[in-house]
Amino acid sequence: MRGEGCALVGAGDTPLNGGVGAVASQRVQFNTPLDLQSGAILPAYELAIETYGTLSAAKSNAILVCHALSGHEHVAGFRADNPDDIGWWDNIVGPGRPLDTDKYFVVGLNNLGGCHGSSGPSSINAASGKPWGADFPIVTVSDWVAAQARLADTFGIDAWAAVIGGSLGAMQALQWTLNFPQRVRSALVIAAAPKLSAENIAFNDVARQAILTDPDFHGGHYYQHGVVPLRGLRLARMLGHITYLSDDQMAEKFGRRTRAGAGSYGFDVEFEVESYLRHQGDKFAGVFDANTYLRMTKALDYFDPAAEFNDDLAAALACATAQFLIVSFTTDWRFTPSRSREMVNALVKNGQPVTYAEIDCAHGHDSFLMPDPQYHAVITAFLKRVGT
Amino acid sequence: MNTLHNRGDFNVIASWIKPGERVLDLGCGDGGLLRRLIDQRGARGYGIELENEAMLAAIGNGINVIQTDLEQGLAGLGDATFDHVVLSRTLQAVIHTEKVLTEMLRVGREAVVSFPNFAYWKNRIAVMGGRMPVSEDLPYEWFNTPNLRFFTIVDFESLCQHMNIAIRERQVLDEAGVLVGEEANFLGSLAVYRIGRD
Repeated sequence: MRGEGCALVGAGDTPLNGGVGAVASQRVQFNTPLDLQSGAILPAYELAIETYGTLSAAKSNAILVCHALSGHEHVAGFRADNPDDIGWWDNIVGPGRPLDTDKYFVVGLNNLGGCHGSSGPSSINAASGKPWGADFPIVTVSDWVAAQARLADTFGIDAWAAVIGGSLGAMQALQWTLNFPQRVRSALVIAAAPKLSAENIAFNDVARQAILTDPDFHGGHYYQHGVVPLRGLRLARMLGHITYLSDDQMAEKFGRRTRAGAGSYGFDVEFEVESYLRHQGDKFAGVFDANTYLRMTKALDYFDPAAEFNDDLAAALACATAQFLIVSFTTDWRFTPSRSREMVNALVKNGQPVTYAEIDCAHGHDSFLMPDPQYHAVITAFLKRVGT
Repeated sequence: MNTLHNRGDFNVIASWIKPGERVLDLGCGDGGLLRRLIDQRGARGYGIELENEAMLAAIGNGINVIQTDLEQGLAGLGDATFDHVVLSRTLQAVIHTEKVLTEMLRVGREAVVSFPNFAYWKNRIAVMGGRMPVSEDLPYEWFNTPNLRFFTIVDFESLCQHMNIAIRERQVLDEAGVLVGEEANFLGSLAVYRIGRD
């Protein structure tokens, strides 16, 4: 039976025992201008990062964790000043975990355009002394990889043992193998697609429209007006969140259950699923930046490494020398297993090293964040092959 | 499934793989055969395996393993991607026999197929005695066998003729893994074929 491979537990249920413990993020300043794919130039920028484990003398044991749409540098452990603030992928990083910090030096960062400490629309533009807002350039997956390569340089890391990510993070891992083939020994491309489908882009655009049409958006310069387009961002997140879950999982988690006292023939919260989504929307809108959300979804839409190869994905991937692990999840309808198979088939066509796992997990697109035993065992076995 | 060690058909298959060939092993199990082809024949290969445990073992053996159902998983692969597509001791457990053979000969220049011969004399005696055969090459009881189809060397060659598949080479082994010469359909417990299209 599909969707019964892993238990229904939330990422937040992960036991903290044995993790990396208390962590603190750092800022790394870059003063060499970065030429962006759009033609814009970012004169200087900062990246927020966290690291776990110890970089070996040979600097050969480094793993880069790339985040997806709403992620950031706080991948694992908990913040010393807030023990409840657990990293977004804590279950995979730590001693004895798949990204074993007894062996590997793991680096997490917040990408350019983010809102967690790296330079982005909500940070101050040195030229104007005001928040960048709408003036922060559109950044692409390739731009992120370029910035990440400079981050590797600051550590003296010539080549990552692995670059890993899920969803939009996986697209960065794939892009690494194309932009810097010699600098990545393995790529773990999880719950991804080689490009978005029209349906994927459509969902993203509805989310963007929610933000762009919010009266508090002010063309992206809402910081100066002392407001935030909360309604738009909340709707965008609610919509996005639906696409991260699976139908089966929603049926199991909520079904048609109603809240106590519901049945008012009105538009207040009645069904549990409404309550859940509104809560998710509120929570997210309170901490995330709308301009960042717009940019992250654009980076997704633009990602298409085969475009400059006449849509021949095999030709696009031919320059990669990394070992690939590609993972998909049976209940992921945002990026279905067949989208992962497109990449697998292209790599096989080229005779490039690739392993592909299709994990039976009930959590839809979000499965990549879940501690499914088979999923984690596959990553552990693969990294053992990659070595330190 | 390739979970048994030192299997006689591996020797035959290995002898048919030329150095440096591209090989796809369907139902590769823990990757034992591919490992051997890589180490001994310099082959470059991929395995296809559906089961979680076997898949993990294959990763551990350094195999490029693709987790998919072998009856559907070949669809996205290009024509003649491989020199040889191997299906070792699995044809009898496949649902769409003709489709799988056709797909193997589309993505591979040639295919290598091994299967237990139901007409092996010990199997015949078992059936004559009123019992379904259990042997080295048919190791399951009727109630737990993954095998769906019971056929013989003569049956397989008849199918090949029907499908216009050319038999390039055939080796037949007895239960001890020793090559059988004459009376293959009677003395042979396991048949190994190299097939192609003319």
